[in-house]
Amino acid sequence: MSAAKIKDHVEHYLLLLIAVVIVVFSLQIPGVFWSSANFQSVASQMPVLGVLAFAMAITMLTGGINLSIIATTNCCALVMAWVATHLAPSIGSAVLMLLAGCGMAVLIGSLNGALIALIRVSPILATLGMMTLLKGVTILWSKGSAISNFPEYVLWLNHSSWLGIPLPLFLFAAVALVLWVVLERSPLGRRIYLIGSNPRAAHYSGINTPRTLIWVYVISSLLCVVAALLMMSKLNSAKAAYGESYLLTSILAAVLGGINPDGGFGRIVGMVLALVLLQLLESGLNIMGVSSYLTMALWGGLLLAFLFLKGARLPFLPTGGR
Amino acid sequence: MVNIKKPRSQVWLLAVTTALLALLFASQSADFLTLGNLYDLVNNYAMLLILACGLFIVLISGGVDISFPAITIIAQYVMVTLLMRVGGNFLVAFLIAGGVGMVLGLVNAVLVNRLRVPSIIITISTLNIFYGLLLYLSKGVWLYQYPSWFEGGLVLMNFNVGGDDYPIGLPIITLLVVLVVTGVLMRSTRIGRQIYAMGGNREAASRLGFSIFRLQLFVYGFMGLLAGVAGVVQSYTVMTVAPDSLLGYELTVLAAVVLGGTSIVGGRGTLTGTVLGVVLLAILQNGLNLLGISSYWHTVITGLVIVVSISATAWSQRSKVEVLS
Repeated sequence: MSAAKIKDHVEHYLLLLIAVVIVVFSLQIPGVFWSSANFQSVASQMPVLGVLAFAMAITMLTGGINLSIIATTNCCALVMAWVATHLAPSIGSAVLMLLAGCGMAVLIGSLNGALIALIRVSPILATLGMMTLLKGVTILWSKGSAISNFPEYVLWLNHSSWLGIPLPLFLFAAVALVLWVVLERSPLGRRIYLIGSNPRAAHYSGINTPRTLIWVYVISSLLCVVAALLMMSKLNSAKAAYGESYLLTSILAAVLGGINPDGGFGRIVGMVLALVLLQLLESGLNIMGVSSYLTMALWGGLLLAFLFLKGARLPFLPTGGR
Repeated sequence: MVNIKKPRSQVWLLAVTTALLALLFASQSADFLTLGNLYDLVNNYAMLLILACGLFIVLISGGVDISFPAITIIAQYVMVTLLMRVGGNFLVAFLIAGGVGMVLGLVNAVLVNRLRVPSIIITISTLNIFYGLLLYLSKGVWLYQYPSWFEGGLVLMNFNVGGDDYPIGLPIITLLVVLVVTGVLMRSTRIGRQIYAMGGNREAASRLGFSIFRLQLFVYGFMGLLAGVAGVVQSYTVMTVAPDSLLGYELTVLAAVVLGGTSIVGGRGTLTGTVLGVVLLAILQNGLNLLGISSYWHTVITGLVIVVSISATAWSQRSKVEVLS
């Protein structure tokens, strides 16, 4: 398959970029870059963005997009926060909290999926409308204020570590692994890629396209629950308007990771590499005292440069078609 | 032909909905149908409608641009800084802001044409780049200093109704000019029809000999130009430039345009629909305010209206899509 060659091509570029970034930072800020504080900061920031980028990417694989991920995350976080602060801390209430969050996510995901797969609203519009609606509902319900002071079982996630590695990073790795299995080793994954690359062929080959699409949007929302949990644990509060800057960043991360926005191509490995690259860059530039605004511009520039490289037809490589 | 009949019926539906909503608000609140309220409404939503005109054309061409809030703010920033330094008049203000906007729009066009990825991805990147560089270079500082002639305002005509002044000022004049230009452009010029053709079927348009690149330059350049023009209008209304004031505004404008029945995949939509989409949103927000409904409800109701409206559109076109796929 020529597609496989293009994908390797993406991952090689990413590895090369990561190597360049590591070498440059090692020379510029040798002591700090390799410090455990830097590692801790990367480890605490990557999981949230990473999980949200996965939530975006899985819908992009089907040729869709999910603009409501941040609103979903905040909505689930508020539901979980309400449960966590209203019940006495116990194993039971922790389980109930997770169930409430997942229930909310399944509801939102099925609504998105139904709008897109059954009523055939374009994904951009369906999730844009859902985003506005969810934002309204959460603001209305929370009166715009934050719910904070969670019991220990929520905060525990953020400040514990195992083998010196923060727990959120393990959670991120677990999510990445599960997604990798789903996408590359399960029938559902095959269906997702097929729908993304050719919906008509998928339909004719007997795939229940609407059901698969609804599943994709439910999975996307469930990933938002993980992000919600990570954010609650990190910030010790939940609010209707947290994390809005993650929306565009997660699209950037997904595309940088080699996900084709038209659907059908892209792998978890590439995304993990892209996330590592982004976080190393952000953290390194932050240590060097570069303004976060400039970093924001740099991420946009990086993506454009990357798309340019990917689109450039190198003479010795097979062309990607299109 | 389907694509002529469908939007018509939808524009009617939208017009009837808007009229019913206006009647409802008028019957519930004595302030709604007053000249003062409607006058404020037009002035306050002039910027939204100007931006919606630009985005309407981009959507017709089969693309999306979400970088325009950054373009608007950059145009404002450059305009106010230059005007304070060298002086000028309103014509100069429009030339500077429009020029800056157009250049940034052309950058978008070149990238969209050369990189061959969906324009939403390109414009997300340029949104980040434009905003990031602006915030970095301006250090996030707000501008309050305007030339005195700018603060003095621009009034074409002054209507005096019942003792109150209703000056026809810069926002209304600009809005009318933009509406007429956009309407004529998309209805009765060759390039307007070419843009519809490109949005409907890009391959066919290309084989007919239309230069896709030139059309894209025009479409994104025009969006940039209108973003700059909207910048002058907003600057004139609020008399400050706040670098972060329009964050997230791109989605509001997008919602207004698609509410007006413009298809997100291109080729279908009317300016009348776009205007009605903006009017519906404006009336909704204004009416809810006047009825004293808590502002917490506004976003919920706006969201519901958007979801229901796009679902209705998609549902009515569903059977045709299904035959095709």
